[in-house]
Amino acid sequence: MTVFIIVGLVLVLAIAGLLLRVTKLVEVLRSSENQRVDGANKINAILFPIFLVLGLLGFYWISDYAVQFYLPEPSSEHGQSIDDMFWFTMIILTIVFVATHILLFIFPYIYQFKEGRSATFFPDNHKLELIWTVVPGIVLALLVFTGYSVWTDITYFKPDVKYEVVEIVGKQFNWMVRYPGVDNNLGKHNFRMTDETNIVGIDFNDVNAADDFMSQKVVVPKGKPVLLKIRSRDVLHSVFALHFRQKMDAVPGMPTSFQFTPTKTTAEMRAELGKADFDYEIACTEVCGRGHFGMRMVIEVMEPRDYAKWKAAQKSFIVSNPEYIAKLTPSVQERLKKLLPVEAAPAPATEISSTKTETPAVEQPVIQKAGI
Amino acid sequence: MASAEILSPLAVDHSAHTHDAHHDEHHHEQSFVEKYIFSEDHKVIAKQFLITGLLWAFVGGLLSMFFRLQLGFPNASMEWLRPILGGWIQQDGKLDPEFYLALVTMHGTIMVFFVLTAGLSGTFSNFLIPLQIGARDMASGFMNMLSYWFFFASSVLMFSSLFLSTGPASGGWVIYPPLSALPQAMPGSGLGMTLWLISMALFIISSLLGSINYISTVINMRTKGMTFSRMPLTIWAFFLTAVIGILAFPVLFSAALLLIFDRSFGTSFYLSEIYINGQALDRVGGSPILFQHLFWFLGHPEVYIVLLPALGITSEVIATMSRKPIFGYRAMIGSMIFIAFLSFIVWAHHMFVTGMNPILGSIFMFLTLIIAVPSAVKSFNYITTLWRGNIIFTPAMLFSIGLVSLFISGGLTGIALGNSAIDIQLHDTYFVVAHFHLVMGSASFFGMMAGVYHWFPKMFGRMMNARLGYIHFWMTFVGVYLVFFPMHYLGISGFPRRYYSFSSYQAFNMYADLNSFISVSAFITFSAQLLFAYNFFYSIFRGKRATENPWRSNSLEWTTPINPGHGNWVGEIPSVYRWPYDYSKPGAAEDYIPQHVPYSATMESNLPYENELIALEKEDNNSTVVVNAH
Repeated sequence: MTVFIIVGLVLVLAIAGLLLRVTKLVEVLRSSENQRVDGANKINAILFPIFLVLGLLGFYWISDYAVQFYLPEPSSEHGQSIDDMFWFTMIILTIVFVATHILLFIFPYIYQFKEGRSATFFPDNHKLELIWTVVPGIVLALLVFTGYSVWTDITYFKPDVKYEVVEIVGKQFNWMVRYPGVDNNLGKHNFRMTDETNIVGIDFNDVNAADDFMSQKVVVPKGKPVLLKIRSRDVLHSVFALHFRQKMDAVPGMPTSFQFTPTKTTAEMRAELGKADFDYEIACTEVCGRGHFGMRMVIEVMEPRDYAKWKAAQKSFIVSNPEYIAKLTPSVQERLKKLLPVEAAPAPATEISSTKTETPAVEQPVIQKAGI
Repeated sequence: MASAEILSPLAVDHSAHTHDAHHDEHHHEQSFVEKYIFSEDHKVIAKQFLITGLLWAFVGGLLSMFFRLQLGFPNASMEWLRPILGGWIQQDGKLDPEFYLALVTMHGTIMVFFVLTAGLSGTFSNFLIPLQIGARDMASGFMNMLSYWFFFASSVLMFSSLFLSTGPASGGWVIYPPLSALPQAMPGSGLGMTLWLISMALFIISSLLGSINYISTVINMRTKGMTFSRMPLTIWAFFLTAVIGILAFPVLFSAALLLIFDRSFGTSFYLSEIYINGQALDRVGGSPILFQHLFWFLGHPEVYIVLLPALGITSEVIATMSRKPIFGYRAMIGSMIFIAFLSFIVWAHHMFVTGMNPILGSIFMFLTLIIAVPSAVKSFNYITTLWRGNIIFTPAMLFSIGLVSLFISGGLTGIALGNSAIDIQLHDTYFVVAHFHLVMGSASFFGMMAGVYHWFPKMFGRMMNARLGYIHFWMTFVGVYLVFFPMHYLGISGFPRRYYSFSSYQAFNMYADLNSFISVSAFITFSAQLLFAYNFFYSIFRGKRATENPWRSNSLEWTTPINPGHGNWVGEIPSVYRWPYDYSKPGAAEDYIPQHVPYSATMESNLPYENELIALEKEDNNSTVVVNAH
């Protein structure tokens, strides 16, 4: 391979040298000093329209070929509006692209240098300039206003909607998923409580955290608004769920979120695409280091009743990791032990104090803050 | 030496004329070091910038060849690159994924800053400003020299970082913290990042020294009659570029400084709530978003720092080679000023999905899409300049037409990306890569090539070989489209940027053939640049000797001797009487009337209002005598 490249380079240089020699000789023979242009001017002039035709054919061919891979089927409510916006914009852009390029590549051919002809002295024309300032202005205003309404629709938080909350936390190099449990209320988090077991730093001083559970994949119900709460544990990441037209950075120290409503279950999508092994995927789109390209996470969309069943079957973090309780302060330990199944919890429940009556504020932080 | 007068801007316009006449008499012989290394001559400094920039372009291009190999042929063994890349080729013959990121990062950094900022703006601002406005040199030759040598020092540091065992900076050219702040997050964020930051700090100093010089030279040292409304569009472009640079680069400097503090002095400007390598860091209260705001406050204007000089060069070349005045001279200036202004208030369109408040997203979408209006005006004006011209296709002209095409193609997709709703899907995909490589990367590179081909005779007194230039252009033009156009399709399908491999995803399991195609096109396009390198260096020494005004151009630089010395003009600096675009004026004998030809000498072609100016020309001459007398 190296030999090929060296040989190739030598060849290219040799050809270049040869060309140079030949053209020099030709120039000397023709003594083209008196002429303002030589035959090359015609060749360059005709190459522009040829490039135009071949280019447009290529443009058509690749667009046609790529149809099968275009924006994958939108699977969220807002996804369709983003797609419509995109294709509406692309149609306008394509028209302008083709029209300007026809002019740009035809003019060089038509107006190539001819001895004796003079160019038209045409320094300005206010009417023309006004037209091509105002017309793009109007078209862009149209795009801005439609874009604005789609954008606000997608991103502005709607306080009266009841969301299914899912937390997704990025780290080098995978995603971690936490669910709020039956109370649909995500417990607080504290990065200082992160360790190998409690990978997302759940703060068990918060009573809401008691029933939170971790999941190996994102599972969401079809047709219900989902609020993806996004965090990062170390560096920037970005949650990109392409089928849902969803992307949002995961920022350490600044939780972000994204709302969407899935419209097709994984099973429906599999049937529609004819791919039995299809899965919705999340990719990371903010460079985060060595494994940036491997941060795959599966999203499964279920029918709402299947989702409810799935959710009910999940074990909370505490139940899955009973040994973790030992790391917490005594009062928190007391409270959480009551939640364990009987065989796992050695202490009998003497008092029946509901977890809901406890306020998280009275608890001391589990881990001492270690200075600034 | 005449530099005493030149250093005092107040003395320039009128009194300089009297002294300048004796310029050559007291010009002592300079040593080799003074003349070619620590030179204060703007032309030599320009060539230093150009050659350094071209070497950097080669390095930056070569790095992209390596990662295109990985992307186009992910299963091929790269064992054969071990002699060059050494340990960056893993045991299994694959490229190291971290080094892949390092390649991408350094390719971006090198191309944006070292090639298209220093190599393009540094070269042509230095070379053309004094020559086209009629000045002996820059306002401060010494600062100008410092500007180059700071750039050189910055280059040495950046280049040496390529050879570190931990690798150069690898977190993307935007160096977002916390990735870039934490050496434990990736090895490239260790010494490589430190060198990156020091190198960029030096680079910013270089850029500021240059910009201050360009601005003061343009404002203070124009020759008699060279009013702002008679300046070539190149000078307008360089002037506005310098203004943008002065306002934007200090912000990058502050961003880098705070990052240095975070990395080395334990502050938390950009860091908060981080748990990494089994350890919770005691860094709270900072915000990574702050860095992004600071970075893009430079980063977006930077796009125009790169692009405006290229557009200026194109305006000049298209008008000259169409033998027509540039259409809408004032509109061209107006749109450049408007673009320069807008470039400062659109930065957050790079941040639509960073968690920034969506209301800000709406505002920045609106401001961003406005930029399309002046850009459209410029494109239409270029096309209209071609209309009914008498076009001579020099290599410079070919590259200029190519630039307009790339500017339109890449600019249009910006309208899709600037729309925050669409950007949700397209952000950080190959659609963005395609967009900015066309509109910023390739378009500016084409502007640089146009400039080199067009002003080569003035720089070296010789001509470049035109045929090789034609081949170079067509291979590059076709190649650039074959490389970047297909990337839009990858982006529309959601392929993310900076991915070492796409194999772990179902969603990205297609297009392997398209990626191979792009890579092969890139190799061919890159090898076409060797033609240019050969042509360039060969022609410096062996090219055909140039004539005084080979393109029959109007601007002032072509009134200097073929090989102008330090001071540019022998004798007095010519005065300017007209704008630089009097091409194919009805009634004129030739199809060009240079700027220094007074209206009184062109009675046959004057427009009515120009005849009235003849009286003023005479008055001006009288007043000069009066001023000189004191």
